[in-house]
Amino acid sequence: MKSKNLYKYILGIADNSLILGQRMGELCGHGPSLETDIACTNISLDLFGQVRSYYQYAAKIAGDNRTEDDIAMLRKEREYVNVLLVEQPNTNFAYTMARQFLFDAYHLLFLQELEKSNDLTLSAIATKSIKEASYHQRFSSDWIKRLGDGTEESHQKMQEAINGLWTYTDELFHQTEADKAMVEQGVGVDVTKLKEVYYKQVGQILEGATLEIPESKWFQKGGKQGIHTEHLGYLLSDLQYMQRTYPNMSW
Amino acid sequence: MSEEQIKNLEAQFEARIARDEKIEPKDWMPEKYRKTHIRQMSQHAHSEVVGMLPEGNWITRAPSLRRKVALLAKIQDEAGHGLYLYSACETLGVSRDELYDQLHSGKAKYSSIFNYPTITWADMGAIGWLVDGAAIINQVPLCNTSYGPYARAMIRVCKEESFHQRQGYEIMIKLAQGTPEQKEMAQDALNRWWWPSLMMLGPTDDVSVHTAQSMKWKLKRKSNDDLRQQFIDQTVPQAELIGLTIPDSDLKWNEEKGSYDFGEIDWDEFWQVVKGHGPCNKERMNARVSAWEEGEWVRDAAMAYAEKQKERKEKQAV
Ligand SMILES: [Fe+2]
Ligand SMILES: [Fe+2]
Ligand SMILES: [Fe+2]
Repeated sequence: MKSKNLYKYILGIADNSLILGQRMGELCGHGPSLETDIACTNISLDLFGQVRSYYQYAAKIAGDNRTEDDIAMLRKEREYVNVLLVEQPNTNFAYTMARQFLFDAYHLLFLQELEKSNDLTLSAIATKSIKEASYHQRFSSDWIKRLGDGTEESHQKMQEAINGLWTYTDELFHQTEADKAMVEQGVGVDVTKLKEVYYKQVGQILEGATLEIPESKWFQKGGKQGIHTEHLGYLLSDLQYMQRTYPNMSW
Repeated sequence: MSEEQIKNLEAQFEARIARDEKIEPKDWMPEKYRKTHIRQMSQHAHSEVVGMLPEGNWITRAPSLRRKVALLAKIQDEAGHGLYLYSACETLGVSRDELYDQLHSGKAKYSSIFNYPTITWADMGAIGWLVDGAAIINQVPLCNTSYGPYARAMIRVCKEESFHQRQGYEIMIKLAQGTPEQKEMAQDALNRWWWPSLMMLGPTDDVSVHTAQSMKWKLKRKSNDDLRQQFIDQTVPQAELIGLTIPDSDLKWNEEKGSYDFGEIDWDEFWQVVKGHGPCNKERMNARVSAWEEGEWVRDAAMAYAEKQKERKEKQAV
């Protein structure tokens, strides 16, 4: 392998989009309106598009004949390194939008930095993804406002979702060893530097939506080390079903 | 308006259609024309939306990222078709909520084909190839139908449907050229989807109602039996080309008529599914109804928020 750290670094980015794309894909045909169905499918599509570019690059770095699909669908549960936030289930539409919002705010900041990477492939993927991520962020922020400042019921549901997911936000700013090595080489993004502006931006939107910013200082972590919540296994059994049941075939 | 005046208007109206002029929403039209169009277009819109469900089953399980992306894009197109067809319906003075009510109460129909289950990945190929394929045959003539908004919606829809059809066929090619297991999966899907796809072209001409009127209004150009023959003649060589067998032992090329003879369609099955007792009628309806009911608080919130925003703007303006 050309660079183990680079490979791991790419997976750290790609797995987030893969797992979130999979979650958004579950909703297709079941959303609260045709328009939101289309938008959620669209987000899922964008994320999977990004995912393909990342895994194709990872496959090239790995140089061991594995394809994008092998990397995406044939790892063990402990080898997925997405943050816990993105694997949380679609409990209801408030959870779905809160999860999206809390990720989008991070994702956009992250991509804007990744664009400056001295790795030209990553920088190019970032450039392409920024447009999509800013659209996602606008969409999810709008729903935070609508549900937060909509009816009493929606306000309560959105507050509950934000409270429930808040515990997964801190992990976004944790650095792995691969992250540190990549930052040092000018390839990776120093996520610790994004934290302050993230909470500031998120706080502003929540306040504008008449929602309270959770005060809890207890955070969950582990996704980046492959220690996931119980939800991920079920998601993977769908994601991997065909590749596991019919190995070594082309589709 | 006197009876005579109405008769006059009707005659002018029919003459316009005969001259191939488009009828537009603000034009005068006979009540029956409006009703028939609302029924047909909404049924079409509902089919697009219910049709998202059987394919939606396989988004999370698609075998490769490339296929996942293509499937998502296809289903997104279907949602888009639903959207423009509902909008076309709305031009006739019926609201989308009313149309949903008709669907959810079982008053409105949607294409029966979506009441069959999608149990293997090959069903994604078979649906694109056969179901979108049959839909195109039904729908291409509608690009020239008399009602303007419907005709324009159909031009857009048909372009995308033919893309779906190719995409589905391409899934089948890949399976048919694959391992024995893959080939078997493809053949099994063809076996299950073939007959229901033939039924999509509608009951045989001798029992089909409203055909004469529909022909006049260009809601129909060819009879169901002609459309079915066209579908069979077009599809059989495609199956042969990839080494799959059409599950009909009576299927034979008829040199004299220059088309295929085919076996008896099980019309009892057709009517069973149309009447609501197909393998997935209940599941499809439950999925739509619960999406709608569980989404109510979301739609209410969006409305309340828009209302508040409007008030805020008005206050600012003062
Ligand atoms: Fe259609
Ligand atoms: Fe369609
Ligand atoms: Fe289609």
